[in-house]
Amino acid sequence: MDHKMIAKQFLITGMVWAIIGGLMSVLFRFQLGYPEAEFHWMKDLLGKWVNDKGQITAESYYSLVTIHGTVLVFFVLTAGLSGTFANLLIPLQVGARDMASPMLNMLSYWFFLAASLVMLSSIFVETGPFSGGWTAYPPLSALASAQPGSGVGMDLWLIAMALFVVSSLLGGLNYIATILNMRTKGMSMTRMPLTIWALFFTAILGVLSFPVLLSGFILLIFDRNFGTSFYLSDIFIATNNVGALPNEGGNAVLYQHLFWFLGHPEVYIIILPAMGMVSEVMAVNSRKPIFGYMAMIGSLFAITVLAFLVWAHHMFVTGLNPFLGSIFVLLTLLIAVPSAIKVFNWLTTIWRGSIRFTPGMLFAIGFVSLFISGGLTGIWLGNSALDIHLHDTYFVIAHFHIVMGVAGMFGMFCGIYHWYPKMYGRYMNNTMGYIHFWVTMIGAYLIFWPMHYEGLAGMPRRYYDYSQWESFKQFIELNKFISLVAMIVFAVQLLFLFNFFYSIFKGRRVRSQNPWGATTLEWTTPINPGHGNWVGEIPEVHRWAYDYGKDGQEFIPQTTPVGANETNHH
Amino acid sequence: MSVSQERKRLHPHKFTMWVALASIVMMFAGLTSAYIVKKANSQWIEFELPTVFWYSTLTIILSSVTMHLSIKSFKAREMSRYRALLGLTTLLGIAFVVLQFIGFGKIEEGGMPLFGYDSNPSASFVGIIFGLHGLHVLGGVIALIILFLRAYIGNRKVYSSTGIEIMGTYWHFVDLLWVYLFIFLNWM
Ligand code: HEM
Ligand SMILES: [Cu+2]
Repeated sequence: MDHKMIAKQFLITGMVWAIIGGLMSVLFRFQLGYPEAEFHWMKDLLGKWVNDKGQITAESYYSLVTIHGTVLVFFVLTAGLSGTFANLLIPLQVGARDMASPMLNMLSYWFFLAASLVMLSSIFVETGPFSGGWTAYPPLSALASAQPGSGVGMDLWLIAMALFVVSSLLGGLNYIATILNMRTKGMSMTRMPLTIWALFFTAILGVLSFPVLLSGFILLIFDRNFGTSFYLSDIFIATNNVGALPNEGGNAVLYQHLFWFLGHPEVYIIILPAMGMVSEVMAVNSRKPIFGYMAMIGSLFAITVLAFLVWAHHMFVTGLNPFLGSIFVLLTLLIAVPSAIKVFNWLTTIWRGSIRFTPGMLFAIGFVSLFISGGLTGIWLGNSALDIHLHDTYFVIAHFHIVMGVAGMFGMFCGIYHWYPKMYGRYMNNTMGYIHFWVTMIGAYLIFWPMHYEGLAGMPRRYYDYSQWESFKQFIELNKFISLVAMIVFAVQLLFLFNFFYSIFKGRRVRSQNPWGATTLEWTTPINPGHGNWVGEIPEVHRWAYDYGKDGQEFIPQTTPVGANETNHH
Repeated sequence: MSVSQERKRLHPHKFTMWVALASIVMMFAGLTSAYIVKKANSQWIEFELPTVFWYSTLTIILSSVTMHLSIKSFKAREMSRYRALLGLTTLLGIAFVVLQFIGFGKIEEGGMPLFGYDSNPSASFVGIIFGLHGLHVLGGVIALIILFLRAYIGNRKVYSSTGIEIMGTYWHFVDLLWVYLFIFLNWM
């Protein structure tokens, strides 16, 4: 029940899912890059997922993209990221022996594990897992006969997601309660490291938006199983000989509202913890205080509020009232302001710092680069007029993979490399870390940057085979190239995995209590902290978390009392 | 006054309950917003809520009163009164759930099936929103029964009122939630 143990459980489970989800993307990139090729060995490996010609079938292609999206967004970048670092860092950095409720915390992990097992089992059922996209729009999600994966596959998908929502809620409750109630003496809110602030806002977002998704799912379950017409209208499904459904007046757009009311906050649930860790790691490794601490908190707050007010930018082409649309355009573009503040502050923090380019720091810098690139394309998409052209094209794929997918993973890598010494008492290997960083960084841009051009040329997302269209023939070679790079980048992640597990047993031992020379409380615990984190009293805090390079001292831990002649800061 | 003293004022578990309540509010906010969106569609059939729901409203408000009094007796260490009032609250909670089921029956008798292919979303929403609220009440009833049994069987004396206060907060919350939902579905 120890919070550090639960953190590791979240991390390992998340990593398993990252491998599965990543492998899935390699498979569907095979299809996109080499639609004509015949990989007979795949038939032997994957059985019914591959047709006799040695190509992934259309059904399995859709299953792959659906489960890839679902598990990476929810299981890896939500549970794997927040679950790991909230559990690890909140008690250690606010100065608590454990979470407010270790019991709820453990339940949160078990619910996540149950969700994982159910989702995993859906991959192996006869009719295949759900295949209607990670957003699970009706009717594909509501009508069991719509596609092979819409039957049992979708039932299992919904059960897994419901369990996942419960897990997130239990976790979130606990994180908030711990941050507000369990801080050590002297740790006022404005002395907390930005990691904690970010995890705090993340938990608020989750606790207030996941229940709405649950509402949406409940209505969906009733449409699927109890003949209601919330989303299903009297559509006609000729191919499956279902004929006209007896339902009346259902409204599929209603589902989209409920889904995106979570869906948009969800993307910030993913990115905020990454932002928090990046802020912390950048300050530590630049040996400079974070620039604009209060502005960083303010912008986190602004992002949290705005995140609830922009969901309809995913629905500009659903027939949304154009006037309403223009309000959502305004609110969406407003997010650029706090985002820009954060970017400015990160750049100013490293500006003229004596930077230590550890792997963790490199991933932090990479994160900022990706966040800038992906944020700029967000501004394109946020214009409802431009979005008519760009919606559901590869431009959107490029946007969100850069700004959320890859950036979120970078935040996670940044956290893992930096706090690995605290988790396992050893260092990860640096050389492997550098190779991992550079290949992933360059590879990610090579994969996703060209997708902007494909999207601008109108290439739609979620198609099985583009080679049938004259207008997309120009991209045949490009798609091959993207697939090739994707495989290389995947291979490098295996190097990371090797490094991670190898270092647990064989990594260089940590010899000093505070290896990075950081100010925060987790580095005042023993090198391998036991249950309860501190031997004896929990230390008292006397200053904020960012006294680097102050009054000629390299760093001053939060536990050092403010000296008589010291220039006052916080 | 030191910072740590200041922080001890609200028990972390109490605080957790408050955040959980915010979360439940969002769930019902989602459903009632969906109701408003859906109502704008054609094929929406209006109908009156049966009068039974007024009785259930009365029942749950009464149960809030008994809950409040039982906490008061607990703090005054009048344990037999506490147990009696706690038991009464439990019974009222059960009565509320039964009345809800009767209400559902009346709606169906009035020609508005809640679920199934001949149902209309207007009735399905009532089924789901009231049903989900009922589940929350049922969860509360189970917690009440546990508290009740502990008060009888437990040989260890309990002096901390934190547990029962958290229970009270939750119970008043489901009461208030019901009043909101009832007003919403009656007059929206
Ligand atoms: C200035 C900031 C941003 C703006 C203005 C913006 C705007 C948009 C818009 C308008 C769309 C809808 C495109 C469409 O479907 O036609 C979109 C999609 C998306 N955005 Fe952003 N975005 C921003 C930042 C972010 C961030 C920081 C994240 C994640 C951390 C993110 C994640 C996503 C995702 C996941 C989707 C696509 C979901 C899907 O359809 O599958 N965005 N963005
Ligand atoms: Cu969005």
